[in-house]
Amino acid sequence: MVNARHPRGQHIDIVPAAHAARLAARRASPDESLWALLDCVMDPEVPALSLWELGVLQDVRREGERVVVVVTPTYSGCPAMEAMEEALRQRLAETGHHHVTIERRLSPAWTTDWLSSTARNALRTYGIAPPDALRCPQCDSAHVTQISEFGSTACKSLFRCEECGEPFDYFKPH
Amino acid sequence: MQTAASSDLCAYSTALGDDALILGQRLAEWVSNAPSLEEELALANVSLDHIGRARMFYGHAATVAADGRDEDSIAFGRDTRTFTNVLINELPRGDFAFTMVRQFLVDAFNVPFLTALSASSEPALAAIGEKAVKESTYHLRRSRDWVLRLGDGTAESHARAQRAADEIWGYTRELFEPFGAEARLTAAGVAANRASFEPAWRDEVAATFAEATLRVPENTWSIRGGRDGVHTEHLGYLLAEMQFMQRAYPGQKW
Repeated sequence: MVNARHPRGQHIDIVPAAHAARLAARRASPDESLWALLDCVMDPEVPALSLWELGVLQDVRREGERVVVVVTPTYSGCPAMEAMEEALRQRLAETGHHHVTIERRLSPAWTTDWLSSTARNALRTYGIAPPDALRCPQCDSAHVTQISEFGSTACKSLFRCEECGEPFDYFKPH
Repeated sequence: MQTAASSDLCAYSTALGDDALILGQRLAEWVSNAPSLEEELALANVSLDHIGRARMFYGHAATVAADGRDEDSIAFGRDTRTFTNVLINELPRGDFAFTMVRQFLVDAFNVPFLTALSASSEPALAAIGEKAVKESTYHLRRSRDWVLRLGDGTAESHARAQRAADEIWGYTRELFEPFGAEARLTAAGVAANRASFEPAWRDEVAATFAEATLRVPENTWSIRGGRDGVHTEHLGYLLAEMQFMQRAYPGQKW
């Protein structure tokens, strides 16, 4: 019997293409230990996500004595960028890497398509509705109203749930 | 295709940085003065996007110039006559209607402009365009909504929005006038031809104003000068406040 929801021949990809491309780049890197080291560096404003999961951390590699970290800013004016770069430097310094260069890469522009399903779940658990899944993170109702197009940080907007009455942040699709 | 001169590239990036910085500073003036907390957050966020954009353009200008200046010295170490922003961006913030009508008129220009810039043959400019257009698209959504709400709101909000449109209208023409370095860079495939966006901009403004029950002002007057460093009297006051710390304590860092 053909499953009506998943008809034969239909291709279902549960890893978004943009995230899959980032994963492939990371797996091809010769320095997995450096990546693993930075996995505990979290976004200072959204501590549910690491900078890798957020899509800010693009690359980390050795160039001789030096460690080069490539980051992509979320929004042009995000004031957390400097704190993020400082946190990356600090983590590397803790593990003996004192010669660090941080490069900012603008293109391709940061997009929420880079958030993995794990990252989206982490956001929801933390109380932030993930991009393109606008439901109340408390009670899962879709009956919500926008309060403001801008929230406490550039990457979020502010909503209220009409079922449970709780306000919540929505991570804007970008 | 000609090769772009570095002096033109530097002038172009600086002018685009000036456009972004001056509007960003005007928006930042709303912090602690906005009609509601949500609007204050929104205005501050839009301001930060513009200031961040200015940093990227200035950073590129400094790289091209390679004369020891950096983004801070470009922002804080120049006087009015060397700022080359369009005049519309330096006009005082006025009331909330003035700020939102101006923002709508500028956002509606910035979206097609930055889209075109993202196809620049200069990779650094293309990258800034690609990044900034996503933000301006979001800004436009909000500023357009406010024009509708104010224009088609109460008699008072309608009157204020119409008055703002009438006051600002003559400043919009400068948005579409290519300046010297820019015209040469357009021929080299580096700059976007700003004149080409005017018909679509007019259509967008006409459609939004019609829905907002606002009258599109007539083209009875227009004013230009910003690209030549000739400004309204307002820019000097803006710079005096914005540059105070670096003027009083040159080279001071946080």
